[in-house]
Amino acid sequence: MSVMELDPRTALSFPKAAKMLLKETELRGNVRRATETIQAKRRKLVAEKDDWQELRESARQIRAHVLAHLGAYLEEFERNLTRAGGTVHWARNAEEAQAIVVSLAKEAGAQEVIKIKSMTTEEIHLNGALEEAGIHAYETDLAELILQLGHDTPSHIVVPALHKNRAQIREIFKREMNLPELGSAPEDLAEAARRFLREKFLRVHTAVSGANFLIAETGGICIVESEGNGRMCLTLPDTLIAVVGIEKVLPRFGDLEVMLQLLARSATGERMNPYNSIWTGVRPGDGPRKMHVVLLDNARTEVLADKEGRQTLQCIRCAACLNACPVYRQTGGHAYGSVYAGPIGAILTPQLMEMKHGQSLPYASSLCGACYEVCPVKINIPEVLIHLRNEVVKRHGPLAPEAIALRMVATLFRSERRFRAAQRLGRMAQTLLARRELKIVGQNVGQADWGDSQWIHWLPGMLGGWTRSRDLEAIPSESFREWWDRRSK
Amino acid sequence: MRVALFITCYNDTLFPQTGKAVVKVLERLGHEVEFPAGQTCCGQMHWNTGYQAEALPLVGRFVSQFEHAEAVVIPSSSCVAMMRDHYPIMAERIVREGGDASLPARVAALLPRVWEFSEFLTKKLCLTDVGASYPHKVAYHASCHGLRSLGLGDGPEALLRGVKGLELVAIERKEQCCGFGGTFAIKNADVSTAMLEEKVQTVLATGAEECTGCDNSCLMHIGGALHKLHAGTRTRHIAEILAAEEKGAL
Repeated sequence: MSVMELDPRTALSFPKAAKMLLKETELRGNVRRATETIQAKRRKLVAEKDDWQELRESARQIRAHVLAHLGAYLEEFERNLTRAGGTVHWARNAEEAQAIVVSLAKEAGAQEVIKIKSMTTEEIHLNGALEEAGIHAYETDLAELILQLGHDTPSHIVVPALHKNRAQIREIFKREMNLPELGSAPEDLAEAARRFLREKFLRVHTAVSGANFLIAETGGICIVESEGNGRMCLTLPDTLIAVVGIEKVLPRFGDLEVMLQLLARSATGERMNPYNSIWTGVRPGDGPRKMHVVLLDNARTEVLADKEGRQTLQCIRCAACLNACPVYRQTGGHAYGSVYAGPIGAILTPQLMEMKHGQSLPYASSLCGACYEVCPVKINIPEVLIHLRNEVVKRHGPLAPEAIALRMVATLFRSERRFRAAQRLGRMAQTLLARRELKIVGQNVGQADWGDSQWIHWLPGMLGGWTRSRDLEAIPSESFREWWDRRSK
Repeated sequence: MRVALFITCYNDTLFPQTGKAVVKVLERLGHEVEFPAGQTCCGQMHWNTGYQAEALPLVGRFVSQFEHAEAVVIPSSSCVAMMRDHYPIMAERIVREGGDASLPARVAALLPRVWEFSEFLTKKLCLTDVGASYPHKVAYHASCHGLRSLGLGDGPEALLRGVKGLELVAIERKEQCCGFGGTFAIKNADVSTAMLEEKVQTVLATGAEECTGCDNSCLMHIGGALHKLHAGTRTRHIAEILAAEEKGAL
């Protein structure tokens, strides 16, 4: 399938995008294999922590506390980073953040920047804005590099190229790095990427990053990664520009003790990330000489204002919910039309769009609860999904066909008499329909107890979504309550 | 014990045999069953689809129909999960919107007496053998709400292992959703179908004659696909198996 631009304002609705992606057998196989692998590793490492549930609760409390005092912690962060020689910039939205980064890069004289993997910069489409200003961004995370060279978009928060397999990656490298003889072993691909990137690390003097956490107490930013590319970007360049969502702040350095244990296990199934970098301001002779942190709002304060939706901001972007989600497992990430895919994307994206876009996303879940079960900060994703569905319904107005149908059904449930009448009517209607449209057939599969059961193979309108892949046993001739009446006489 | 049965709207209409089986099991165990006549629906479909205002009146309806009961038994784990997970906040909202101020306390008093059918047997009555006989090979589908919201754990399987002649087989990746999800099955029919295909494959791989569970909603979904495939395997609510005696199924 052609690459979808991950912009919720223009994306297809989830059911439509999913329908297209479900035809991609190779992609679906890649997604299943990758998510199963990560889940198995995660399960094993979670099982070895006796205090896993206490850690989760502790993390939930830290994150909820931060959100309740966000303004104070952000100002504390700004004071401490400024004291350490860094500069904080405040961006209300994507456009302001883009403009700040472009002007900082220009100020540094940069025509190129190297980037650490960052979903926040994907959220604000930073690379495109830099390109328009004549500045080329090189992604240095292996997965992001694959996507950039393959003109593709991320489909997962932690493993953004998870929808690609090794053979596909080799093809991209061969073509884009001009390496016709490239081997197919993982070492060959890693070596090709290393050579390609090493030259960029040494040449480019400005780095752009996100951050996993901001530490209010010290003014530091914490970045965890697996490849060492982040460490290169943090230590080699003269200028570091980090774009960070305002919700990422932690009160104390000591909070990392809880967060890093949860994050590594939940995200990649490791006890600890291979590279944990904390950078606090500037120092003569070591690291960047200029450090900028761009604090991004981009509708986060609106999310914060919603009592029921605000727990979404507790997220630490581990993507455990994506790996556990049976819906994501079928479609992969592009169906969500946003850089934030999976269950967390289904609640985060429409809220960041102030419910004006991404309205199909809260419905992209069977509410199975697998996401809540694995969430390291205990975001009750099903509860937020249900809350957002209510917000969507409120915006659709009373004349939507679904609203009319469901309100009619609701009136039946408010009266026993009407409910009984509807049961009788349903039985009659299915017989009437049977002659014209329904094919109701008697079933006999050789089991005596199947007796007179009847099945419906076709239903009209919206309900046709059901009968495309499932038959429906017809309404039996006597309801339970009619049987009970008869029995009690 | 005097047990009040909340049959649920869809069991009442589509699966009366499940209700009859619940009555049979409870009476066999020496309990008296009553059926409050004014009961209709728990409100799950409306609440979960975003029609919260429409779901709210059903809280008070359920409470007034059942608050006198010693125990309420419901043969549907998702309806019980609806009550446990949402009724307390729904009752508070009703008060905020100027409704019945007594409702939160009454909900809180009633909920500890509300049981999913298998849970009532294993946790309240502490039984695993209810005197059933069902000489068939059966696979157990753990529906999501039973598994995650109610924490039924091994309870339903323990009951099935207690059935004379029954061979219990395990479904691979049993914790994975079948793709029903209420209106999800219609609004996202294609994804739901893809999820269902995986579930059906794992059910068929067990070689079971029947697939059982604590929710007719999931079973209707899985059974509907099995029927469309002419697979020969069918679905049956756990109550119907537990009701079966030597001479055969209910």
